[in-house]
Amino acid sequence: MLRVHNLSAGYGSLHVLRRLSLHVKPGEIVTIIGANGAGKSTLLRTITGLLRASSGEVLFKGEDIQRIPPEQVVFRGCSLVPEGRQVFAAMPVRENLLLGAYVQHKRGKRDEVAHDLDRVFGLFPVLRQREHQLAGTLSGGEQQMLAIGRALMARPTLIMLDEPSMGLAPLIVKDIFHIIAKIRDEGCTVLLVEQNARSALKIANRGYVLETGRIILEGDAGDLLANREIQRAYLGKDLDGENK
Amino acid sequence: MFLELFFQYLVAGLTYGTIYAIVGIGFNIIYNTTGIINFAQGEFVMLGGMTAVSLYAFLPLPLAILGAVIITMAVGGLIEMVFIRWLVKPSVLRMIIITIGISILVREAGLVLWGEGVRSLPYFTGNEISALSFGGVRVSPQVLWSLGVCAIVVVLLNLFFKFTMLGREMRACAANRDAATLCGIPTRNMITLSFVLSAGIGALAGCVVSPITQTQYAIGSGLAIKGFTVAILGGLGNSMAAVAAGFILGILESFSIWVMPTAYKDAISISLLLAMLFLRPSGLFGNREAFKLKDF
Ligand SMILES: Nc1ncnc2c1ncn2[C@@H]1O[C@H](COP(=O)(O)OP(=O)(O)OP(=O)(O)O)[C@@H](O)[C@H]1O
Ligand SMILES: [Mg+2]
Repeated sequence: MLRVHNLSAGYGSLHVLRRLSLHVKPGEIVTIIGANGAGKSTLLRTITGLLRASSGEVLFKGEDIQRIPPEQVVFRGCSLVPEGRQVFAAMPVRENLLLGAYVQHKRGKRDEVAHDLDRVFGLFPVLRQREHQLAGTLSGGEQQMLAIGRALMARPTLIMLDEPSMGLAPLIVKDIFHIIAKIRDEGCTVLLVEQNARSALKIANRGYVLETGRIILEGDAGDLLANREIQRAYLGKDLDGENK
Repeated sequence: MFLELFFQYLVAGLTYGTIYAIVGIGFNIIYNTTGIINFAQGEFVMLGGMTAVSLYAFLPLPLAILGAVIITMAVGGLIEMVFIRWLVKPSVLRMIIITIGISILVREAGLVLWGEGVRSLPYFTGNEISALSFGGVRVSPQVLWSLGVCAIVVVLLNLFFKFTMLGREMRACAANRDAATLCGIPTRNMITLSFVLSAGIGALAGCVVSPITQTQYAIGSGLAIKGFTVAILGGLGNSMAAVAAGFILGILESFSIWVMPTAYKDAISISLLLAMLFLRPSGLFGNREAFKLKDF
């Protein structure tokens, strides 16, 4: 579905990604975990084309999407839920979702929008209650749900989420991860970027560990969860006690 | 007598107020979608008025105005595509210099095309001496035309931004360009559209007030400063407040003539502009809350 090959990118003279490769197969949840500043957001922004790579390629369904403008990437079926939600604060929830359906409108599938709206409201019942409330007045968790809902309105085949758990209470995080698994079960492939490594690895099929712009480790989610190095660095387990 | 004079100045103020308001709205439309303060905004008013005068030589008045608006819109779109579109994240200073450059370019083109002569369209109804009398206050029908057109523009713009898909897309692009892109919206086209739209509105205003204020190749830069003052006064990005601010400035200027030499008239807007920028850069009607939920 998605294949990133030897990708390098950065900001001006600052190199953030260094010859990074990864792939995502249809129907998977793949997670990328890494600390602050590892380059996770940069990676996702480069895949969508918001940021131009300095070298390497990004193949989506076999097509190199590095040379096409970011809005066209969305049309191809690859949607990003950006870091920090980025909802349209001054617009009601409903309008936010309808803007997400822009792609469907242009595809000539206008009549499916109402159905998609119902589906999103089904996944996030709280959004239905807040339908006419301004998005800027929603709670953080609700805004995250709205951001995911807005991306789903484009009917993506691959949805990429940038730290959906950021700043949310554990209970809400559980909710959101549960829904991410559900989205995958409904047939949408998921690329999930997280600092909350434990929750992410629990729902993921595979995972990559990103450190200073390089993939340092990859494998099945279960293996990564059991990996001592990862437990120490990302899962916050104190292994020293165990070793004695 | 005093009261009559008072209302006469008030009406004059309202007339100039409409054009300031519309130039202010033009500023805001472009500012909202791009973050650019387009100092060439006043040139659209000039282009609209001058083109209409030229077309009026062989077309009936309504068609001449329509033609002028369409031509100016095309010029607005072209300006965006040639000068703005290819810039990658330009700095504010660079944008200001570029738009001032564009404004000079358009003005010089106007000079070459039309010369220095002062022209004007005929009065839409009646002529320069016909007047409606409201309790002793004489009001030219053209003033009502200006007010009416301003009102219609404001209402239509609001409907457009609130209720059409395209308007919603432009607002999305204004609120958060990256997020709009991630919805698949071609934000570059929205920016071109915002230039087209504000060029059209400016041109229309240029036509409607032309009989009263007259049109010349050089009126643009003065109007740009007035429109900028109005946009700042109302709070940058807030089109409805710009209308109110436009009328405030028009009326202030008008009454200043009553008590001060006419030459000081233009100093009013500059002083107002500086005072606002120092004291309340968020505008008269701007508050923090609204600023957070920035919208049209
Ligand atoms: N717009 C930018 N301009 C310059 N440098 C940037 C920009 N955005 C990010 N960086 C730098 O790129 C590096 C990677 O940032 P990135 O946002 O991709 O990290 P991240 O892994 O998403 O971190 P976090 O978990 O905090 O979101 C950082 O060193 C950051 O300072
Ligand atoms: Mg990040």
